[in-house]
Amino acid sequence: MRRRRSTQIAAALLIVSCAGSALLLRTVDRVRNRATLQETLYVSSPKLLKRLSLGYDGLLADIYWTRVVQYFGTQHHKGDGDYRLLWPLLNITTQLDPHLVPAYEFGSAFLTVPPPQGAGEPERAIELVEYGIRNNSDDWHLYYDLGFIYYDQKNYKAAADAFDRGSKVPKAHPFLRIMAAQAAQHGGEPRTAQMLWTSVYETTHDPYIRDNAESHLLSLTADLQCEELERTVAAYREKVGRTPSSFGDLVRAGMLRGIPLDPTGTPYQLDDEGRVFVSQPADFPYSEKALPPGYVPRRALGTRNFNSTN
Amino acid sequence: MSSRIFYIAANTLREAVRDRVLYNLIAFAVLLAGAAILVGQISVQIERLVVINLGLSAVSLFGVVIAIFIGIGLVSKEIEKRTLYTVLSRPVARWEFIAGKFFGLSGTLVVNTLCMAVGVFAALLYVSRQLHASDAWVLAAIYFIVLQFVITTALALFFSSFSSPLLSAVFTFCLFVAGSFAEDLRGFVGLSHGLQRWLATVAVYAIPNFSALNVINQVAHGDGVSGQLIFWNTAYAMVYTLAVISGAILIFEHRNLK
Repeated sequence: MRRRRSTQIAAALLIVSCAGSALLLRTVDRVRNRATLQETLYVSSPKLLKRLSLGYDGLLADIYWTRVVQYFGTQHHKGDGDYRLLWPLLNITTQLDPHLVPAYEFGSAFLTVPPPQGAGEPERAIELVEYGIRNNSDDWHLYYDLGFIYYDQKNYKAAADAFDRGSKVPKAHPFLRIMAAQAAQHGGEPRTAQMLWTSVYETTHDPYIRDNAESHLLSLTADLQCEELERTVAAYREKVGRTPSSFGDLVRAGMLRGIPLDPTGTPYQLDDEGRVFVSQPADFPYSEKALPPGYVPRRALGTRNFNSTN
Repeated sequence: MSSRIFYIAANTLREAVRDRVLYNLIAFAVLLAGAAILVGQISVQIERLVVINLGLSAVSLFGVVIAIFIGIGLVSKEIEKRTLYTVLSRPVARWEFIAGKFFGLSGTLVVNTLCMAVGVFAALLYVSRQLHASDAWVLAAIYFIVLQFVITTALALFFSSFSSPLLSAVFTFCLFVAGSFAEDLRGFVGLSHGLQRWLATVAVYAIPNFSALNVINQVAHGDGVSGQLIFWNTAYAMVYTLAVISGAILIFEHRNLK
């Protein structure tokens, strides 16, 4: 009888104390500052953490990567653009496990996006991906990510270089070479772009990519020829004192051997202001300089639409 | 001779099972199943990595804890319960008793690890939907973990042959931690001079090199383990264990059990 009574009292105490501790914990959480709960990096040295992990650094890196994702998600949801811990967390994660490729791929995206959606720290994103490339030089995805960070920064030369480096990695996606050529073209480096597009044209077995490369090469050639012709028009203007009314004036002045033809064999057009452009702009959808004023080209679907996780 | 060692080993294994040592498998299964299901929801693209990293780290930690806490009681418990006197009054040599105990606990850990390995592969199959050829390297990591257990068991047995269970646990755990820092200790040797360098060099060879036996992160990324490393790690673990067990036998042979 006495034993049964003590069992009942112990059971009641157990239930009451469990409920009480849960309630008290909720109160403690309310009293504590939110920053204390979430935004503290107790150990900021990756080297110290690596040693403390006793060799289980891979597991610790996974935990830190999960923390990065949770931190970014929480701050993104709050929307105040405060991502102070994002870089230190990513730094720790990648130093604990330099081969954790998702941390570079997604981490750089988290860092690049401008506030309040992201940290708006593209320089750190570049630093992160460059570190990733140093440790995983055979993974073309990282060059692809680096190229797009530069592309977003409108640093087309660096973007072209990153894509080009990536295209040389074994088993790299063939589109990287196309991205390199396109970035070089955007960056106002037509000679580099021409070289890269020629390389794509000569090495691809895909008819779509081959047609695309050919179209880019035609547009680039037209751009270069238009530039050259406009320089001739400028020289004529300087010599004669007026803009030539047609290419015939330039031929008569001995500055051209004949009416200039675009890469498809159609004569170029010359307007009153001395601008040179193609007659059939639909044949040169990727041209930057040879299109008639006001013409909007219809281009093929963007090359970024391929699956980057291949 | 060998049959006596076998009986002691079998009895040690039976005793461990009776002591519910294998109950840790339940905790391991819950941990791994939870990780496999939850990680995909709270993290990005590391489901497979977490299963391997968490699974193998848990195999290692659970095993080391078992090796230490069972290992330290192998001799002292027999003395406390006075069963050691019954065993030694029969035609059983003291070294046979130590060897039998060592093989018994090592066998328990191998059985435990095999069950956990099945769990790791099941979780891997669950998150990846299929096993890849590179997953076979997980077996190499598990083999190295078993080698760690063998060394840890030998160390626990060594300390328990002359010390109290509490001190034996502390000594073994400290050596496990120091062994995990073996690579750093080697770096320290390169930086130090004179007596310090000499002492550090002695420590490098005296402390078990557990860091060479840890390839968990490597196999988690699908990287292979060279056959040479497997061979030399096996040889190292065997010779080191032999040295520690010999030391334990030497001390136990001369220990006054009255």
